[in-house]
Amino acid sequence: MTTTCTSAPVLKERGQREVFCGLTGIIWLHRKMQDAFFLVVGSRTCAHLLQSAAGVMIFAEPRFGTAILEEKDLAGMADANAELDREVARLLARRPDIRQLFLVGSCPSEVIKLDLHRAAERLSLQHGPAVRVLNYSGSGIETTFTQGEDACLAAMVPAMDETSAKELLLVGALPDVVEDQALDLLTQIGITHIRVLPGKRAELDPAIGPNTHFALTQPFLGDTHAALVRRGAQFIPAPFPFGAEGTTLWLKAVAATFGIAPDVVDRVTAAPRARAEKAIAAATQTLRGKSVFFLPDSQLEIPLARFLTRECGMQAIEIGTPYLHSDLHGPELDLIAAGPTISEGQDVDLQLDRVRAARPDLTVCGLGLANPLEAEGLSTKWAIELVFTPIHFYEQAGDLAALFARPLRRRAILRGQHPNMLEAAE
Amino acid sequence: MKLAVWTYEGPPHVGAMRVATGMRDLHMVLHAPQGDTYADLLFTMIERRDHRPPVSYTTFQARDLGADTAGLFMQSARDAYARFKPQALLVAASCTAELIQDDPGGLAETMGLPVPVIALELPSYQRKENFGCDEAFLQICRALAKPMDRTARVTCNILGATGLGFRHRDDVQEITALLSEMGIEVNVSAPMGASPMDITRMGQAHFNVLLYPETAESAARWCEKELGQPFTKTIPIGAKATRAFINEVRALSGSTLPVDETRLRQPWWAASVDSTYLTGKRVFLFGDGTHVMAAAKVARDEMGFEVCGMGCYNREQARPLRALAKEFGLEALITDDYLEVEKAIEDAAPEMILGTQMERHIGKRLGIPCAVISAPVHVQDFPARYSPQMGFEGANVLFDTWVHPLVMGLEEHLLTMFREDFEFHDAAGPSHHGGKAQPLPQSAAAAPAAAAEGGSMPPPAALPSLENVVWLSCAEKELKKIPFFVRGKARRNTEKFAEMKGLHEISVDTLYEAKAHYAR
Repeated sequence: MTTTCTSAPVLKERGQREVFCGLTGIIWLHRKMQDAFFLVVGSRTCAHLLQSAAGVMIFAEPRFGTAILEEKDLAGMADANAELDREVARLLARRPDIRQLFLVGSCPSEVIKLDLHRAAERLSLQHGPAVRVLNYSGSGIETTFTQGEDACLAAMVPAMDETSAKELLLVGALPDVVEDQALDLLTQIGITHIRVLPGKRAELDPAIGPNTHFALTQPFLGDTHAALVRRGAQFIPAPFPFGAEGTTLWLKAVAATFGIAPDVVDRVTAAPRARAEKAIAAATQTLRGKSVFFLPDSQLEIPLARFLTRECGMQAIEIGTPYLHSDLHGPELDLIAAGPTISEGQDVDLQLDRVRAARPDLTVCGLGLANPLEAEGLSTKWAIELVFTPIHFYEQAGDLAALFARPLRRRAILRGQHPNMLEAAE
Repeated sequence: MKLAVWTYEGPPHVGAMRVATGMRDLHMVLHAPQGDTYADLLFTMIERRDHRPPVSYTTFQARDLGADTAGLFMQSARDAYARFKPQALLVAASCTAELIQDDPGGLAETMGLPVPVIALELPSYQRKENFGCDEAFLQICRALAKPMDRTARVTCNILGATGLGFRHRDDVQEITALLSEMGIEVNVSAPMGASPMDITRMGQAHFNVLLYPETAESAARWCEKELGQPFTKTIPIGAKATRAFINEVRALSGSTLPVDETRLRQPWWAASVDSTYLTGKRVFLFGDGTHVMAAAKVARDEMGFEVCGMGCYNREQARPLRALAKEFGLEALITDDYLEVEKAIEDAAPEMILGTQMERHIGKRLGIPCAVISAPVHVQDFPARYSPQMGFEGANVLFDTWVHPLVMGLEEHLLTMFREDFEFHDAAGPSHHGGKAQPLPQSAAAAPAAAAEGGSMPPPAALPSLENVVWLSCAEKELKKIPFFVRGKARRNTEKFAEMKGLHEISVDTLYEAKAHYAR
């Protein structure tokens, strides 16, 4: 057996991090939970971040907003709790369709130690049972990018009802189309009692108990994992459902938990698996033999590196992740052949020095770095697109591979035209 | 505490970043938590910059708070100097760092760096992005510029262009060319394009040209007082203002060289008969104070529009804007609340909006065309082509940009004549905008095309009607025959007329009596 990355030393760095904070998760969570409102208690910076990260693409009145702290809140002239209660009352009066309200903590609210947990309890009493008020932190001092979703889901767990039913719980906010595909596959395999966290609406949120078996669909749900285990639920460790292989392994792990044999999974998934492999093969023509360097962004890096190296023939140089959660990422590291550097955290200037030295064929990075690296003649893939695009399970496996192939294909088309690649065009 | 859904301005440290990013050989160390690096993508994505902004973030985390965040700041400043070797270092705190009170300026001073260190005080809980630009540029000038001998030939500085500015790149080019035609050389154009060394030479210029009061008025006033440089007050947006600007520059410089106007096409384009249909189009203006005030004059005096509302989001410009609005017989709307602006536009029911990217979305929602005249910016505000707002070419650009969203003159007539044609109906939108014309649904109440292209946008709300006035169904039907781009005005005028006459019902006759009453 060849060695894998499981036992590889991890390069831990700290310094400037070129990442989003956890507030960014609100951008997809508020679309997923259709009766929820996310109220960030923070500064103008928080509001500006949400607006910039969202682009100006979703200008319908969003189900999120920022209660901006002002000088008088900080100077103690205004009681921040009274101010918050007033803003919440106004908001709920204007949006009677809201059933769940998340008070989202930010860097400033945490530094001034505004207790949003107590505020949520108080507001729940005032506005319940029609509206459930929860809180979590999306602050940059506590969370990186996708950890915001993790903190949000983890905050929902203690409020979930108790059940003793033997059920499968799928955890992670997936695009609707992907979620439907997953439910369909699992049903065909013979798993009938399936619940999803987060539900589309508050009344659809699952109950939980010692007979709940949960599978994660996203690799960044460490706190949610811990909260579910605390409630007695049982975790199904598995690689994540990216690519044909990852999806099959994930489904088999879930099936095994429910006493269903692997050959049942093979039979049910034969057709979609073949479709996925065919679609991946098309993109692999572009990707095979190319090198890839992941900068830390969403914690999707390790599963995606596994997919690109094992199913698309790429070579990983460095796989950077904001956090390495060994319980969750272990099954993935087991599958990645030894070789790439695994790094956790970031000192962006040092890491960019390594990128420039390695000159990878493809660098997966955030939007702040992509154009500067392109200008240096390096092809990049925006990491954020991996979070905003349906990429899970069989039917999206080809799309996932194509996301990485497109920058390379584009570069090939524009060869000789790119202002910083004239000398490279030969 | 104030609830914000969308904001017109970012926090002040983003303004300081716009100054730093526009400049060369300057570096900024920002005391800030993880996540504040989102600001980098504004520059690399919206403006397509090919370099990272020259900003190092200290990236403190929760576990550092009880420990040594000041040490982290000093380490970041040392590393940034060693790596980037800037001619000067800006230091500042973002909103969270302001709360932990590490005093980056004081810390940096003790470090003995071999370059000037310029500390910025940016009160994040009181001020906003434009203040951050203005303050950062003022402090840079105070730290680096000194009185010195004037250049032998008449020169000036151009002040105000920053990173992420609305058309700053092209405005500077246009005004530089105009000044050159007048025999005036540009000594330094700053902040954008200037290095700290260039700032030290600013005192050589004979006067300053202030293009953007939002970002550089404090610096211009400081230069006037400390360097003895007068500055221009006219913002050269539109043909008339450009001519006034030329006269102001002549008075300051003594230049007598003629300026060639042959490339100015806007006055003839506006006077030619094709433009007759622009007469009295009701426009609503919103944006930063400077651009709105300039655009209001162009709209009224050079395009023949009727200005039916104006406002700005930056309180700093409230006073002059209020005065100008009064001159137009209007009350200015001074707010940074997006929902309030939307409400005002809905109430005014204009035929066109001249606004920001935010108003573009309001226009989409309400089915009102919109042209963008001001920041906040969007990737579309950084076109590949040359597209200034200022000078004579800027006047040409304004004409094209403002006319483009409208239904063209003859098309407007055809829509009026055959308004129920199943494919050439008014909900299909202007024909030169592409987009698939939706076949007219059976139930005649078609949503404007804007809703179809708006993606997740909900359908536009029906225009509010007065509570005590009822539309009879025949009148309502007749109203729907009026093209969509004037329907809002017709509805409003009719209701106002009915109210004035004390009518509680609106019939077809009321509709046409109102039309005759408001005819012009």
